Amino acid sequence: MASLNHPADLKYSKTDEWVRVEGDQATIGITDYAQDQLGDVVYVEIPLAPGQQLSREQKFGDIESVKATSELVAPVSGEIVQINERLKDHPELVNEQPYGEGWMLVVKLSNPAELDDLMTADQYIAYLEGR
Amino acid sequence: MTREHAAAAPLKRTPLYEQHQALGARMVEFGGWEMPLQYSSILEEHRAVRMQAGLFDVSHMGEFQIEGPEALPFLQYLVPNDVGRLAINQALYTTLCLPTGGVIDDLLVYRLEAERYMVVVNAANIAKDLAWFQEQARRFSAVQIIDRSQETALLALQGPAAQAILQPLTPVDLAAIRYYRCLPGEVAGLACLISRTGYTGEDGFELYCEAPKAPLLWEHLLAAGKEHGLVPAGLGARDTLRLEAGYCLYGHELTEQTNPLEAGLAWTIKFEKGDFIGREALLRVREQGVARKLIGLEMLERRVPRGGYTIYDSDHDGASGSTGDNQRAIGVVTSGAPSPTLNKSIGMGYVEASRAVPEQLVQVEIGNRRLAARLVALPFYKRRK
Repeated sequence: MASLNHPADLKYSKTDEWVRVEGDQATIGITDYAQDQLGDVVYVEIPLAPGQQLSREQKFGDIESVKATSELVAPVSGEIVQINERLKDHPELVNEQPYGEGWMLVVKLSNPAELDDLMTADQYIAYLEGR
Repeated sequence: MTREHAAAAPLKRTPLYEQHQALGARMVEFGGWEMPLQYSSILEEHRAVRMQAGLFDVSHMGEFQIEGPEALPFLQYLVPNDVGRLAINQALYTTLCLPTGGVIDDLLVYRLEAERYMVVVNAANIAKDLAWFQEQARRFSAVQIIDRSQETALLALQGPAAQAILQPLTPVDLAAIRYYRCLPGEVAGLACLISRTGYTGEDGFELYCEAPKAPLLWEHLLAAGKEHGLVPAGLGARDTLRLEAGYCLYGHELTEQTNPLEAGLAWTIKFEKGDFIGREALLRVREQGVARKLIGLEMLERRVPRGGYTIYDSDHDGASGSTGDNQRAIGVVTSGAPSPTLNKSIGMGYVEASRAVPEQLVQVEIGNRRLAARLVALPFYKRRK
């Protein structure tokens, strides 16, 4: 786990998504730990569109690696502003840049108080070590 | 996200465990063993085996020595394939069947001497198979079964560059070893059985050696293969490679509830050779026809079919998403993965015999949707010779 990167300026969920808050919007992706566990990502399916409402803990898509299929779970509630369409043709971005070009969604936060329920990087690292 | 569950019993390790750790392998539980899933990436390792070569540690496999004047009649009684046609230093693939025709395991049988054979079985089935062999051996007086699994290591060097990598390390003329033949000989000064076999769909060799010698053999092979693009490859790539090659995996395509005829293994059953366990049941299946057949499928979308997913009859247009009342479940997926060679999602599964026709459009239920797929003949991949 030493070589994995979990930036201090992000918030983390127990289902291994990260959240970057900018104003009233939040960008969402999966963590370095998650992409490392999955291995080669071959497909990301997010069957949603901008304007749709997403609630916390709602499934927002599926991610397929060579070995397994996993669900993507919303760490916060909000209205979808943008979906990363590049992932359709370049799912490997999730492996290569989980916090950069591998982002998945931007939402307009509908309940910013939910952010307090997420973990800091230090808390997330401790959480990973305990599981 | 996925989570790996700790197994109840301590996991067994191969003699190459330290090599895997040093290479930074991701280890997983497989059949009671702690095995390398991948070293770099399954896709990279898969492509290396198709284009250059990969080196696999498959020391978890089991090896039984069967010897004595009755070794041949014993093996002939145990397996449906014809062990009697084996020359010395020749191998065959066969199933091991119950009286019901259900598959206990699939295995390789090598004839090493006139009255000495080696049987190679799946890791998860070693104890079960050994008990079965010993039980059946009671009907024979002159056959001895010795479990050599612990003291035997097995490395698989697979890929088009395999011979070029191995030849400088051995005095044995590798070109003289044909497919499914073997020869004892030294590799890097270490005594091995060099077998031209594999589970990847590529040319290659499987090297059996004494367990304590495996680390040295592994290091020599990796060093010799470097200039040829050889990489260590894990069970992840082994699985995607065998799937493309259309090979069955025990526990998926083969179980005690499946018979070799429906698994497409009729070529391994030699009814004319005389009696063997499961013969009557398999004859009945052959006369009546199989109820279901193992067949390949290619998704028309990018989602991946996984073992256990249900296969449905399709509307005639075969489009995804339709759920007409006329659709019924006609089968089940047994294995699936994204195919790095075909660049599409592929799988294998059992489908009702009348529906198991190549080019037939079907649907696979993935999540709560039914996505279009096309049935195709196996294998997906055949190397150019």
